[in-house]
Amino acid sequence: MTMTDQTSTPAATAFDAAAPRPRWQVILIRPETMTLLLLILAFVVSSLISPYFLDINYILSSFTIYAEFSIVALVMTMIIIAGEIDLSPAANMALSACLFAWTFQATGAMPLAIVVGIAAGLAMGAFNAVLVIRLQLPSIIVTIGTLTLYRGIAQIIAGDQSIRLPEYFIGINNVLVAGIPVPVIIFAVVAIGLAFILGGTIWGRQIYQIGTSEVAAQHAGIRAKRIKFMLFLAMGFTSSIAGLITASRLGSVRYDLGIGGELQMVLMAMLGGTYIFGGRGSILGTFLAAWLLSVISTGMLTAQWLPATQLCVLGGLLIVSIIATNFIYSRTQR
Amino acid sequence: MNALRSVFLRREAGIAVMIVLFVIAVGIAKPQFLTANEFRIILLLIPLILIGAMGEMLVLVARHVDLSIGSSQALAAIITGMMFKFMPGVPWPVGFVVAIGIGAAIGFANGALITLFRLPAIIVTLGTLNLYRGLTFIVSNAKQIDRQYIPSDLKAMSTGPVPWIIVIALGVALLTYWFANHTRVGRQVFALGSNPVAAPLRGIRVNAVTLMVFSISGALAGLTGILYASRWGFVNPSNTGSGFEFQVIAAVVIGGVSINGGVGSVLGVVLGVLLLGCVSAALPLLGIPGTAQSAIYGAVIIIALLIDRSVRQRGIAALAASRARA
Repeated sequence: MTMTDQTSTPAATAFDAAAPRPRWQVILIRPETMTLLLLILAFVVSSLISPYFLDINYILSSFTIYAEFSIVALVMTMIIIAGEIDLSPAANMALSACLFAWTFQATGAMPLAIVVGIAAGLAMGAFNAVLVIRLQLPSIIVTIGTLTLYRGIAQIIAGDQSIRLPEYFIGINNVLVAGIPVPVIIFAVVAIGLAFILGGTIWGRQIYQIGTSEVAAQHAGIRAKRIKFMLFLAMGFTSSIAGLITASRLGSVRYDLGIGGELQMVLMAMLGGTYIFGGRGSILGTFLAAWLLSVISTGMLTAQWLPATQLCVLGGLLIVSIIATNFIYSRTQR
Repeated sequence: MNALRSVFLRREAGIAVMIVLFVIAVGIAKPQFLTANEFRIILLLIPLILIGAMGEMLVLVARHVDLSIGSSQALAAIITGMMFKFMPGVPWPVGFVVAIGIGAAIGFANGALITLFRLPAIIVTLGTLNLYRGLTFIVSNAKQIDRQYIPSDLKAMSTGPVPWIIVIALGVALLTYWFANHTRVGRQVFALGSNPVAAPLRGIRVNAVTLMVFSISGALAGLTGILYASRWGFVNPSNTGSGFEFQVIAAVVIGGVSINGGVGSVLGVVLGVLLLGCVSAALPLLGIPGTAQSAIYGAVIIIALLIDRSVRQRGIAALAASRARA
């Protein structure tokens, strides 16, 4: 959370040039502030379009559609901060969900099926990690390859059919605890946990250092490879959980589950002010961006925009958000 | 230099050997794979991928990546198709100008975003991949351009004893060979990719070269758009070009283009496309369902990356050995 303070302060004292900025300025020019302002703006605009947006229950229930990608986007944020990227999680969600549903169909044992689904997610994360970290291949191309591979395997397993799930497994998004849908609670808990790890533990600080300069981090005795390996494993695990949540929400599993989700995940991280070249970003930003994206998307749905228009808006938003984030960082880095 | 050249030679020879072995293996299992008819099927499968791969090769050599070519193909194809539909008076060859022009403009936009704001190509083209696909739906109002609107002369380019689309694809490959190896700008693309820091110091206008590479990639994607209409006789806003970028990237990395920039040859990419075409044609014969295609492309990308890595390490080792001798 206090990343810019820490990186900009030594630079300022080293040159002894300018006085440190006042605290309100530092907070105001953070990318997270931009996200928060956009979120408020989106709320105002959406509630003008449709009065539903003033109802907290409507907002919470519409967020359940985006909760799965949002949970993965939190881990994606950490991977991007560490200077890597993973484009395969949406395909991972589909394959773990397919293996889960297929195991259930074959054996009828739900616990076994869940274990298989999560193990598959971990295995896929480990496969990415071996290629990227042990074999030192660039993560962007590797995960483009595994994105195609994982979804392709899901297509082989499930074919063109959808696999039905039993009644008791369906509808996690309608289960309310204290009035809040369970996926939203999971998202909030994961966000708090990861925010603590990233902002409050040595391990989290090391992730920032790896992303800023991996060579320097290694010379400083940080086990960069081990940490990045763990991050890819965490990505696989989270994706499989997200896949199971999606399966429960949809009630059946097809190979095209979550297709195109990588755009939304990267978009959430970028909108939240994560720096695409690594070393900067925060869980709070991605948390806010997830809500922002949910409000924008739901708003477009309520305004009955074509899905194609929404695709344009999301694609354009991705580019605008990296330009804005890079601009903010280039201003504050001086 | 000798060591490096021998690595390249080995690489292309390796792909050629893989093609021969694959064809023989499938031919033994299913003799009908070796017939002229099957050869024709393979030749008709590859022109679009080959043309797309030429553009993607230049982009990868310049150490970037273009994920948006599938959507560029779709947008160029749909606009050209709508021109055929709503302006029947326009002579059909104008479609080529329109498709290539739209593709080039799209590619230029990608390149402009990347150079102007110093953004990573992967994220920009991930964004424009979706943006252009959305535009395709909006422009066409989500309606397919049906067979009767595609000029029959255009469709005839994909039939006949020697279909024109194959000739065009080979022509593009030859032109790319000439461009990449025998022009100053072409060599600058390689110089830029092998060392982006040193390139501007040697007087290479990095932004101009990057813009040009993306424009070429877009223009070729536009060309595949109109050829898609010729080959399949329709343009569909959601199917056209969907997954095209993955096929092309698979073909290009099999062809020995390094993802670390600076390395790649037209011959290698042509062989890579041919291998991919053979695999695609063999699948239905071997009784492997079409649903397996995507997984095979993915596996092929990863295997090619691994081969690329081992070749690079061998190249580095050979270089070190020759230095030690000197």
